[in-house]
Amino acid sequence: MVLRRLATALPSIAGVIVVTFLLTRALPGDPAAYFAGVAATQQAIEEIRHLMGFDRSLLVQFFDYLRQLARGDLGTSISTGQPVAQELLTRLPASAELTFSALFLALTIAVPLGVAAARRPGSWVDHACRIVTTAGVSLPVFFTGLLLVYLLYYLAGWAPAPLGRLDVFNSPPTNWTGFYLIDSLIAGDLAAFHATAAQLALPAATMAIFALAPLARITRGSMLAALGSDFVRTARANGLSRRRIVYVYAFRNAVLPVITTLGMVFSFMLGANVLVEKVFAWPGIGSYAIEALIASDYAPVQGFVLTMALLYVLLNLLIDLLYGLVDPRVRIAA
Amino acid sequence: MSEALRHAGYVLGENPLTAAAFALFTFLVLCAVLGPGLVPYDPLASDTARALSPPSAAHWFGTDQLGRDIFSRIVVATRLDLGIAVTAVALAFAIGTLSGLAAGYFGGWTDRIIGRIVDTIMAFPLFVLAMGIVAALGNTLANIVYATAIINLPIYARLARTEANVRREAGFVEAARLCGNSEARIVLAQLLPNVMPLMMVQVSLTLGYAILNAAGLSFIGLGVRPPTAEWGIMVAEGASFIVSGEWWAALFPGLFLMAAVFCFNLMGDGLRDIVDPRMRT
Repeated sequence: MVLRRLATALPSIAGVIVVTFLLTRALPGDPAAYFAGVAATQQAIEEIRHLMGFDRSLLVQFFDYLRQLARGDLGTSISTGQPVAQELLTRLPASAELTFSALFLALTIAVPLGVAAARRPGSWVDHACRIVTTAGVSLPVFFTGLLLVYLLYYLAGWAPAPLGRLDVFNSPPTNWTGFYLIDSLIAGDLAAFHATAAQLALPAATMAIFALAPLARITRGSMLAALGSDFVRTARANGLSRRRIVYVYAFRNAVLPVITTLGMVFSFMLGANVLVEKVFAWPGIGSYAIEALIASDYAPVQGFVLTMALLYVLLNLLIDLLYGLVDPRVRIAA
Repeated sequence: MSEALRHAGYVLGENPLTAAAFALFTFLVLCAVLGPGLVPYDPLASDTARALSPPSAAHWFGTDQLGRDIFSRIVVATRLDLGIAVTAVALAFAIGTLSGLAAGYFGGWTDRIIGRIVDTIMAFPLFVLAMGIVAALGNTLANIVYATAIINLPIYARLARTEANVRREAGFVEAARLCGNSEARIVLAQLLPNVMPLMMVQVSLTLGYAILNAAGLSFIGLGVRPPTAEWGIMVAEGASFIVSGEWWAALFPGLFLMAAVFCFNLMGDGLRDIVDPRMRT
């Protein structure tokens, strides 16, 4: 089943690669002149054109591009002179740590909130849930971030300055996983763990507020439907305890649409990630892409778009597998 | 028609939030249309002597780092922000709905090709795709609009496809076919009016998303360039002063942005209640 699902992801991956390839070829004006820089002579431009294969047919260029990708070569950044793939890899853990912490935070708040709202429709919990879901989708994520910085850093002084993953008093822990939270625990460095958690709190909360809304909304809706269904009525008539009905019978069924929504939530979060990283000077792949965009350095941007899209395809794959684990019917059907 | 109007009036009366959203929408449209003529200051005139002064009677929302009046800039920016969103959504609506209808009605290869294109767009995290498109096509206002339109396309195409698919064998479509209408005429004159109400709900919801998206792009320095007044840029410029306590430069444009998105989302929910009472939440 896993293999069959993997096969269905292939067209998406192919589509992603074709689009990222076409995007480079759509660069305004002459791409060779673009890569050569402003001060290049005509001869230098011609040389680059030949070197980068712009004088060959589109199909040949596409196969060259595929060959490069197969070697893990995403080109070289003009502004830093480093290979793009390597820079993305060193920065990826920072983005991943931020995104997963935010997702974890969002799930631990949204799911109980949605369940509580569905158990007592019309109560204050339900109203709170509705306010959170409507406000959450309307808040521009960079604005939430700035608001939190102002309130919790400038006014209250609880949060550290929004400047990256670790303050200047701590040095990064030994690199095992690239996740500072885990690395500092492995190293047994509690001070670094606290500092990391403090730096992570605001950006993760910012992203979590954004991701919370769709999750809480779906949880509430599907939980309402599950609680109103015949099998719950039967379970209640048979005298099962309230807790058992809600958490075993209804919740197990209600969680399926929530897992499906995770796909959309990830799409939002990977985009929001870029904005949050800019607000908090987070050294992840999003801020790398922004720096490259400002410097008109195209190779890193292309590498970034490709990485994000492949990650997204991979995450969707994981969501599908998770769905199969939770819902035995899917496994039987497959 | 009067029946529909009465129902709309009933829903608005029942749901004050939706009525408030419509009021806010009217206000935003007025800002966009009349704003530039009404504002007290020139949105581009700098006055460095009064740079970063807090909100006062003379400058309701304070001034930014160049001493420009923030209130005037926000009001003037309404036209640009709404303009980008409306143009992008109109493009996505027109192309997405028509291709979705064609895919659902004709099926076969048309369906497969359009479906593949839509799936490919959906394979990207949407904001990231928009960044890539703007970076590749060039950092201009028009490209922001195209990028926003492209990432909104799939929603319309999918919705229209499903709706056309369930109606392709419907009695009124068969009747139109028997009367000798051409296929194009059936799609445009029979199917399109039928899916219109659902589409309008989607228009309102995606307008909010389009505003967020365009503001996000300009926040990271794509598209609209300073010194143009635009909410995303204004928040970005104000962002550097947050840590030193000058909150007004980022707060007010951010609030306007939020209010606009909030308004479109609420209006979408309200429209859904009017169009399809079964889907009320």
